Amino acid sequence: MTRLPENNRPQNNLITLQKRRQALYGWMLMAPALALLSLFAFYPTIATFFSSLFSRGTTRHPSVFAGFENYGDLFADPTFWTVASNNLIYAGVTIPVSIIFALIMALWANAHIPARSFIRSAYFTPTILPMIAAANLWLFFYTPDLGIIDRITGFFGAEPTNWLGQPETALAAVIIVTIWKEAGFFMIFYLAALQTIPPDLREAARIEGAGRWTYTRRVLLPLLMPTTIFVFVNALINSVKLIDHLFILTKGGPNNASKLILYWIWEMAFAYFDRPHAAAMTMMVLLVLGIVAIAQFRLVEKRTHYR
Amino acid sequence: MNAPLQIPQSAIAKPRLQPRLRRPLHAPDFAKVLDTLGAWVLALVWIAPLLFALWAALQPSGSALALDFSAPLTFQNFIDVWNAVPWAGYFINTLILVTLILIGQLVLCTLAGFAFARFEFRGRDALFMLVLLQLFILPEVLIVENYAIVAKLGLFDTALGIGLPYMASAFGIFLLRQAFKSVPIELEEAARIEGCSWMAVLWKVYVPAAKPVYLAYALVSIATHWNNFLWPLIVTNSPDTRPLTVGLSLFGAPETGVDISVISAATIMTILPLLVGFLIFQRQFIQAFLRAGIR
Repeated sequence: MTRLPENNRPQNNLITLQKRRQALYGWMLMAPALALLSLFAFYPTIATFFSSLFSRGTTRHPSVFAGFENYGDLFADPTFWTVASNNLIYAGVTIPVSIIFALIMALWANAHIPARSFIRSAYFTPTILPMIAAANLWLFFYTPDLGIIDRITGFFGAEPTNWLGQPETALAAVIIVTIWKEAGFFMIFYLAALQTIPPDLREAARIEGAGRWTYTRRVLLPLLMPTTIFVFVNALINSVKLIDHLFILTKGGPNNASKLILYWIWEMAFAYFDRPHAAAMTMMVLLVLGIVAIAQFRLVEKRTHYR
Repeated sequence: MNAPLQIPQSAIAKPRLQPRLRRPLHAPDFAKVLDTLGAWVLALVWIAPLLFALWAALQPSGSALALDFSAPLTFQNFIDVWNAVPWAGYFINTLILVTLILIGQLVLCTLAGFAFARFEFRGRDALFMLVLLQLFILPEVLIVENYAIVAKLGLFDTALGIGLPYMASAFGIFLLRQAFKSVPIELEEAARIEGCSWMAVLWKVYVPAAKPVYLAYALVSIATHWNNFLWPLIVTNSPDTRPLTVGLSLFGAPETGVDISVISAATIMTILPLLVGFLIFQRQFIQAFLRAGIR
C-alpha cells in the first residue's frame, strides 16, 4: 500500500478498519461451510492417511504403527492387481465409448429430425435414474436363459449365457450399464456446445467442398475440444464413483472378475472390517484424483480466455 | 434461462445465402433419412430397459419372462411390493433426506459463495482452491473415515448423518460464487446507500439475481440425492432412516429369489416420482444440468 501523508491518517485508519471488518465478515460467512468441509473432506483425508499407516487392531493385538506395510500388503495381494486392472479396463472402455455415444447423440438431438424432443428425452432419461434402479432394469436383460439378450441370441440358435455369472462377460455387462447411464448426461454438454457454433461455418465448409465427415473432423471436433476435456474429467471421476450397480448385478464376482476399486474399499471396510487396508487403498485413489485435479487446474488456467 | 436451447432454431431459420452445391434441392436426402433412422433406433434402444421394466411390472408375477404380450395387465405387483416392505416409510425418509440436504446446501453455499464473490481478505484465493479440490476428493471415496466421524458424532442411522457430509457442497459454493460475481456492483451500492446491511444486501440483491442458478442447483441436488446409494447404505441401519435406493437394493437382490416382475414394480415405484417430475419439467431439468455442468 502506498504511504499516505500525515494529515490523511484518520481516513487511512478508517480504510484499515473497513478492511478488517470485511475480512471478519468474510470469514464469518464462510465459517459454517468451512467447518463442514474440514470435518468431512480435509480432516478425513488426513485421517485416512494416518489409519493407512497403522496395523489392524484386534482385542489381543492393539493397533501399532506399521509404516507403509499396509501398502505393501496390497501390492502383494493378487486381488489388488485384479481390481486395479478391472478399474483400468472400466475407465478405458466407459470413458471413450460414453464420449462417442454422447457426441453422436448430441449431433442427432441437434439435427432437424422428427420428434427431436422425444429423442432427446430418451437419451437423457437414464441420467436421472438411481444406479441401483438401472441395475435392476438391466437384470431383465442379463438373466440367463430367460433374459432378453438370451431370448434374442437363442432365437438365432445360440446357447444361453450367464452374462453376469461368468468371468469373461461380467465386467463387460457392468460396463454396458455404466455407458447407458452416463452417455445421455454427457450429451447435454455437447448439445450446449453445439448450439454455440454458428451454422454459417457448416455452410462455409460446404462451399469449400468439404464433406460431412471432413466438416465434423476438421471443424466440429476441434471446436468441441474444451467440452470434450470437461466431459473426459467427469467420466474419469465417474469411473471411480459409479459402482452402485455392482451391488445388484455381480457383487464384484465371479471370483473378483468385475470388482472395482471403490466397491473393494467398501468391502474391506464394511464387510471384512479391515480399515487400515481400506484406508491405504483410499489413499491411492485420492492420489490419482489429486493428480487429475492439479492437471485440470493447470489446463483451465491455460484456457482462462475460454471461460 | 431457456435461451441456449432455443438459439439454433432462429439461427438456422435464417435464409440461406448460398445455394446448396452438393446435391439438387428435390432429390431425396439419404443422409437425413439415415440420420433420422439412426437417431430413432438409438433412442428406442436407450429407453428399452425402462419400457421392458414397465411392461414386466404390469405382468402377473412369474410370467414376465415368458414375454407373452397378450397376457392381461395387472397392478398386483405394486400392491405386493407395497405390502412386503415399508415403502411409504422409505419414501418419506428419502423426502426428508433430500429436503434436509437441499436446505443445508442452499444456506451454507449461499453464505460461502457470497464471501468468495464479494469479500476481500487474505487467504481467500488459497481457500477457494481448497474448496475446488473437494470437487475431486469425492465424499464417496472417504467413506471409511466419514463413517467413523458420523459414528463419533452420534449421528449413525440418522437423516442428519446421511446429509451432513454433502451440505458444504464445493460445487454449490462454486456455482453461487460465479452467479454472485456476475451481479452488477451498482445494484449492491444502491442498496448500501439505502442503508441495507450486508445480510440485507445478500437477501435483497444477490439471492433474487441468482434465482435461475438456485433452481438449477436445486434440481441437480434433488436428483443426485434421491439417487444416492453407497453412503446411505453405510450409515443407515433401520427402516426408520433408510432411503428408497437402499430399500430397493435390499429388496431387489436377485439371490432373494424375488420375481423379476416384482423387482420391476419396486424399481418403477422408486423412480416414478423423479421420472414424472422430469417429464413435466423436462426443459428446466436439462437446462439445470447444463448450467450445473458448465464450470
